[in-house]
Amino acid sequence: MARLNSPEELEKFRQELLSKRDPNTPCISVCAGAGCVASGANEVIAAFKAEIEKQGLQADVDTKGTGCPGFCERGPVVVIYPEEICYLQVKPEDVTEIVSQTIKEKKVVDRLVYADTTTGEKATHESDIPFYKNQERNLLGSNIKIDPKSIDDYLAIGGYSALAKVLSRMSGEEVLGEVKKSNLRGRGGGGFPTGRKWEESRNAPDEIKYVIVNADEGDPGAFMDRALLEGNPHSILEGLIIGGYAVGAHEGFIYVRQEYPLAVENVTIAIKQAEAYGLLGKNILGSGFDFTVKVHQGAGAFVCGESSALMTALEGKAGEPRPKYIHTAVKGVWDHPSVLNNVETWANVPLIINKGADWFTQFGTERSKGTKIFSLVGKINNTGLVEVPMGITLKDIIYKIGGGIPGGKRFKAVQTGGPSGGCIPEKLSDLEVGYDELTKAGSMMGSGGMIVLDEDTCMVDVARYFLDFLTDESCGKCVPCREGIRQMLKILTNITKGKGETGDIELLEELAEVAKEAALCALGKSAPNPILSTLKYFRDEYEAHIKEKRCPALSCKELIAYHIDPEKCKACMICLRKCPASAITGGKNKIHIIDQEKCTKCGTCLEACPPRFGAVHKISGEPVPAPIPEDARTIIRKSR
Amino acid sequence: MDNNRIDQIIDKHQGEASSLIQVLLEIQSENNWLPKEALERVAEKLQVPFTRIQHIATFYKAFSLVPKGRHQIHVCMGTACHVRGAPRVLDTVQGLTGIKPGETDLDLKFSLETVNCLGCCALGPVMKVDEKTHGKMAPAETANVLKNYE
Repeated sequence: MARLNSPEELEKFRQELLSKRDPNTPCISVCAGAGCVASGANEVIAAFKAEIEKQGLQADVDTKGTGCPGFCERGPVVVIYPEEICYLQVKPEDVTEIVSQTIKEKKVVDRLVYADTTTGEKATHESDIPFYKNQERNLLGSNIKIDPKSIDDYLAIGGYSALAKVLSRMSGEEVLGEVKKSNLRGRGGGGFPTGRKWEESRNAPDEIKYVIVNADEGDPGAFMDRALLEGNPHSILEGLIIGGYAVGAHEGFIYVRQEYPLAVENVTIAIKQAEAYGLLGKNILGSGFDFTVKVHQGAGAFVCGESSALMTALEGKAGEPRPKYIHTAVKGVWDHPSVLNNVETWANVPLIINKGADWFTQFGTERSKGTKIFSLVGKINNTGLVEVPMGITLKDIIYKIGGGIPGGKRFKAVQTGGPSGGCIPEKLSDLEVGYDELTKAGSMMGSGGMIVLDEDTCMVDVARYFLDFLTDESCGKCVPCREGIRQMLKILTNITKGKGETGDIELLEELAEVAKEAALCALGKSAPNPILSTLKYFRDEYEAHIKEKRCPALSCKELIAYHIDPEKCKACMICLRKCPASAITGGKNKIHIIDQEKCTKCGTCLEACPPRFGAVHKISGEPVPAPIPEDARTIIRKSR
Repeated sequence: MDNNRIDQIIDKHQGEASSLIQVLLEIQSENNWLPKEALERVAEKLQVPFTRIQHIATFYKAFSLVPKGRHQIHVCMGTACHVRGAPRVLDTVQGLTGIKPGETDLDLKFSLETVNCLGCCALGPVMKVDEKTHGKMAPAETANVLKNYE
């Protein structure tokens, strides 16, 4: 491939690419994102390739592994173009039928299309599936259309046209102006206005400047940045180069965690391809603008998602945060001005340049513009990535897109913002999702994790879980974070173990206040949020744990017991056989009893007991009924 | 791991001290752990104090200063897996292998680690053994999976 030396050459090359591609050629797109791969997508792709070859169709059909479209719940996801037929949960066994029916005969394989879990209503096309229908997929929409390892695929959907526009027709000032006008706010959590950050760096008097992609996505339960970086790496690169041009930086870094090997691989390939095409390196598209990008792999430290810690890590040191009296935009990596933005923020940049700030601001609310990708996980029917306009209500996300709570359970709360965020209770489900709205409700936007909790989730345990996570991840540099989190965790653990004492809640509040005020970086300052928000909305659960030694959600292991109702037990032996601790005694006609001494409270018996018997119960806050006497345990079955 | 290989890795990164983390990551991924001799070689070649290398090797989770087992078990303790019963899975794995997170058994068969999200939340609770991800784990399935490893 020869270098593209001008925007005209890029456009000409794009037209050549498109002329070689017939939009009517059947294309089998299989999601090759991490979720689908875990469900067996690679085997499905291999099966398609083998089948196409067997049928001698290589010249007529394209098969490709693509980025993640978000519907992880029903993976592996397959979309057949040009008809856009969407098949879900495809297995290698289904491949022969799909090729013979859909590719050759143009017929739909009915059993593989989306069927609504409650109404049974079917949807053949991706755009008809309720999960997708209610989204606004500006960023994620391209994922299923392109092979992330192919720059030509990205060029074919108009890739790098924003870069060409910027380099040929806009000054750095104008680019900055457009981004400022779009009111784009950082998608990594804080929501700082991106344009302002860029401006600060642009105005800083220093020859050397840096732009950085923060892909150290550490929040548990959040994987939207990975989907973007794995699925459409060129869009991030394009955004980054544009950012470099706007602030006057000639060097960029992509800080990506090594736990995301596929993202590292795809973005490394993307950089090589862009260099070969002259879209990176010296004199990009003949504009005289030079820009290079390096990938830096994170070695596993949550705190490195914090801007100053990430920059310290880039310098090759242990990633500890630094005080930020002077913004990192002015004094960052090696003390040079450094603009750090999250993956999703960068991905928005080419769209804003191409379609304009006015297009961008039509989505969202007054103060939160555009769309946001959330990873909707936990106790929800449709787990996956959802991209929605800001301002959508939590209720719409959970019910219209997420399909509600599985197993007919009651929706209790949604946890947003990862370990720095908080829990929003059901009664606030009409809340509009936006930076300021979520902060006002005691949580935060964060990077976009949205963990749905149902009635079986104990809120004290959720707080304990996050504090446990943060104890592990606190870098230890400042005392309020290092010691404060540890002490808060100790108290919470005691409460969940039934060792809580009066005064614990007040002490928690006091410790939370100190950490919030005095910690060095955002990790420590926001660490008390999980406690404060659960205390705000679920104080009664804390009190039940402390005063009654009862876990209302029947979740805390030390506070619950399993009991077999002798009236209901049919002595079927199922639970007895399955109990991994051999804690159940009984026999074929002998009512089963759980030995509370041996029971590990794993819950296997409750799951094993046939629903028509429903003999196993979880109890909390009350003594376990004494086992029935030995002579009353025999069941005399009537013979028919 | 011999010194030649270490030198090659360092040269690949142009021998810059700022690449220290990247160099250690590569050694870790090839060798599975960071032997003291290897770290000493890195310190000498990159002209970085040994204490700084130790600081980094203990600060980041990706590094291990002790040998690892033949199979790496990663139990996901991310929030989505947690609310879907990951602690039960971890309990079972600990019971079956006799090791706690961060440990390796005496036969060097398994090393156990917890991770904070593998990004396959739709399949939670998730356990990864070597490169294979196992989804929708419950105590009984966990035992079935581990049986297959020698």
